[in-house]
Amino acid sequence: MNSATVTNILVAGIGGQGVMTAAEILSETAMSLGFDVKKTEVAGMAQRGGVVTSHVRFGQKVHSPSIAAGEADVLVAFEPAEALRWVTHLRPEGVAMVNTFRLAPPVVSIGLFDYPDDPVTEMKTSKREVHAFNAGALALELGDRRLVNTIMLGAIADQLPFDAEVLKASVLKRFQHKSQALLELNQKAFEAGRTAAKQN
Amino acid sequence: MNARHPISEQSRLFVSGNEAVSLAARDAKVKVAAAYPGTPSTEILEYIAAYPDIYSEWSINEKVSLEVAIGASLAGSRALCAMKHVGLNVASDALMTQTLIGAIGGLVVVVADDVGLSSSQNEQDSRYWGRFAHIPVLEPADTQEAYDFTRLAFDLSEQYQTPVLVRLTTRICHVKGMLETRFPAAPTAKQGFLKDPARFVMVPGHAKNRIPLMMQRDAVLLSAAEASDLNVVEQGSDELGFIVSGVAYQHVKEAYPEASVLKLGFSHPAPLEKIRAFSQNIKRLILVEEVEPLLEKELKAEGIALEGKSILPNIGELTPVVLKAAIEGHAAEVKTPPTQLIHTTQVFPRPPTMCVACPHLGVYYTLSKVRNTYISGDIGCYTLGAGHPWNALDTCISMGASMGVALGLDKGRQDADSNKKVISVIGDSTFLHMGMQGLLDLTYNKANVTVLLLDNRAVGMTGGQNAPSSGINLQGEKTISVDFPQLVKALGVKEERVHVVDPYELPTLFKTLRDETKVDDVSVIITNQPCVLTERYHAMQPLKVEDSDCNGCGNCLEVGCPAILVSRRETVVKPNGSEKELAFVNIDTAACTGCNLCVGTCGPKAIVPAQTIISGYAADHLGVEIKS
Repeated sequence: MNSATVTNILVAGIGGQGVMTAAEILSETAMSLGFDVKKTEVAGMAQRGGVVTSHVRFGQKVHSPSIAAGEADVLVAFEPAEALRWVTHLRPEGVAMVNTFRLAPPVVSIGLFDYPDDPVTEMKTSKREVHAFNAGALALELGDRRLVNTIMLGAIADQLPFDAEVLKASVLKRFQHKSQALLELNQKAFEAGRTAAKQN
Repeated sequence: MNARHPISEQSRLFVSGNEAVSLAARDAKVKVAAAYPGTPSTEILEYIAAYPDIYSEWSINEKVSLEVAIGASLAGSRALCAMKHVGLNVASDALMTQTLIGAIGGLVVVVADDVGLSSSQNEQDSRYWGRFAHIPVLEPADTQEAYDFTRLAFDLSEQYQTPVLVRLTTRICHVKGMLETRFPAAPTAKQGFLKDPARFVMVPGHAKNRIPLMMQRDAVLLSAAEASDLNVVEQGSDELGFIVSGVAYQHVKEAYPEASVLKLGFSHPAPLEKIRAFSQNIKRLILVEEVEPLLEKELKAEGIALEGKSILPNIGELTPVVLKAAIEGHAAEVKTPPTQLIHTTQVFPRPPTMCVACPHLGVYYTLSKVRNTYISGDIGCYTLGAGHPWNALDTCISMGASMGVALGLDKGRQDADSNKKVISVIGDSTFLHMGMQGLLDLTYNKANVTVLLLDNRAVGMTGGQNAPSSGINLQGEKTISVDFPQLVKALGVKEERVHVVDPYELPTLFKTLRDETKVDDVSVIITNQPCVLTERYHAMQPLKVEDSDCNGCGNCLEVGCPAILVSRRETVVKPNGSEKELAFVNIDTAACTGCNLCVGTCGPKAIVPAQTIISGYAADHLGVEIKS
């Protein structure tokens, strides 16, 4: 389905984790390069700790706003169980980028369901290219847990049909009116994500 | 009609369908806009509120929002009201008579159908209202059309003196796409309100004269639909053709780029001649409608042969995958049949939960501990009380229904239920939307029902919007704040049966609920702590668990707070030989805001204040901001 000309990026996580912001930055970047872009997510109850996915599609002309199962070029997962949930959306040559920092919902806490033993290993049996690292821990090392968003965008920067520096510039644009320290911190986080993705 | 306004010189925008509608309202020179929040339409009014030239408001319900828009239209001004699909059920009483009057200033109703039920109690097809109320229906297929069609809807409304329905769906409202805005409408001088009782006072003698005029308008609108460039043929293969409206058009283009398509943007009245002409050259003709086979029945009655719901589902989105499976049969070759390629274990569900420190947690913890109850619920965050770990909600129907249903449960009780206590649970905004009448029915008819009125001073589920309980209006200005104890007393609840309780004070809440359910009368227990998503909520020092003190009893997990996590489980054998499952916990200190609810459930006092506060990521994802 338009696979030759449309790039599909699926961002998955939990309501409030920054999924929508990451998708927004990817969309703005593609738009600045002249692509037709569509981005969709289902909000509403999703902000109450539920699953949230954001679909970003860009190319010469984009029709359907949502990415079908088996059609995603890149899966950016902010949580490993969510990565496993959405791995079916990757095309055979697609790439998954996974934050291994776990967030268990109350239904797991109260013992109704089990958390998967090893989501990343299980994903790898799908024969998709899977990169996984603990972006949550990396963000803490850098000094702020909110940096996960920037780290994950850095991690996929070399998987996209445009230059990593272009994405980096649009990430940093969000911080240009804030403190120099925050700008530098995000720059560092973006590069840390790129490096981590190459090593894992 | 082919009057798309010329593109203005503004650069391309990247906006949602909801924002596109708001920009169209701005550029169409709308004077009055009104709505009640409801997913997926909520943001339309939030965006409009930023335009100083438009009077905009949160109305107390959708019917009032339409009435406000009607008044503005009669005053000669352009007016818009927006609502979700179930909101139009509420507003329909006004709509069904206003259609006889028509419109003076452009009157546009934007209705958002939650196709796929992302956050609704049902999935209904609002295009029916176009037929029922004899008004035109426009169906945008993307952001640009959400803008263009809303602009056109105002022109249509004034040209044909009719309310116009713009039907959106979730995948229009919440999809961001490209938008080029067009030159704003030229301001037109209107004469103001012109008294015309024969038209504006709908008594039987007047109304019966308006009905033939409405029928004449139907005929004129049909001609307009036939001529409209919103109904356009995209000629492709004559082997396969589609008739389609709304976002399903995008799915059809994605799945079958070679096919011929008749795209209906002005879908009611259906342009039958245009459809007939298109159908004659197509070997296999498929009608794609989200949700009901509405047009299908009309076209089949006209003798037009096509396939529709005999192959397509009448629930949910008709995405490319759904279309391919339906049209080519399930054995068809989908490019990458994903489920055949990847097998993974089923991942646990992640249902929506109440927020960390939500005041409703205390209410549902308490409700889950009271026995022999039937709990009649309502629409809002407290519907989540039906889930784990509380399982403390037995019915949920529609906005405000909790009390009427409770009265029926009370009066209709069988002998088997003679010892049951009937409880209603409703939030402040829902109570003001459609609940007040239900309470009055309880008192008037001497019910035995205990009402829990959960006043968190906001419309929580849609994101914490203001309501008359907030003391703040849509623009953030100070206004009245409803005095609930006075209000419920005015509705007939006895002074001694009204209690205001802090929902974080579990013993008081439990005792009040237990005592009031024993009284054969109408009681109202009002909780008084704000929604944690709003600025009124102030976080306190977070908590942690002293691991050495935790005995694994798991009581705190029954509060249902998402910040309480199980660190390890153990099975112990008790002296009598039975096994007991222990769950040792910790608290995500970064997410916790110190509401202390869980402290009251902890026997060994293992939950204590945490010394350090980590702000950021986990706090954010759980929907709570912490100042470090």
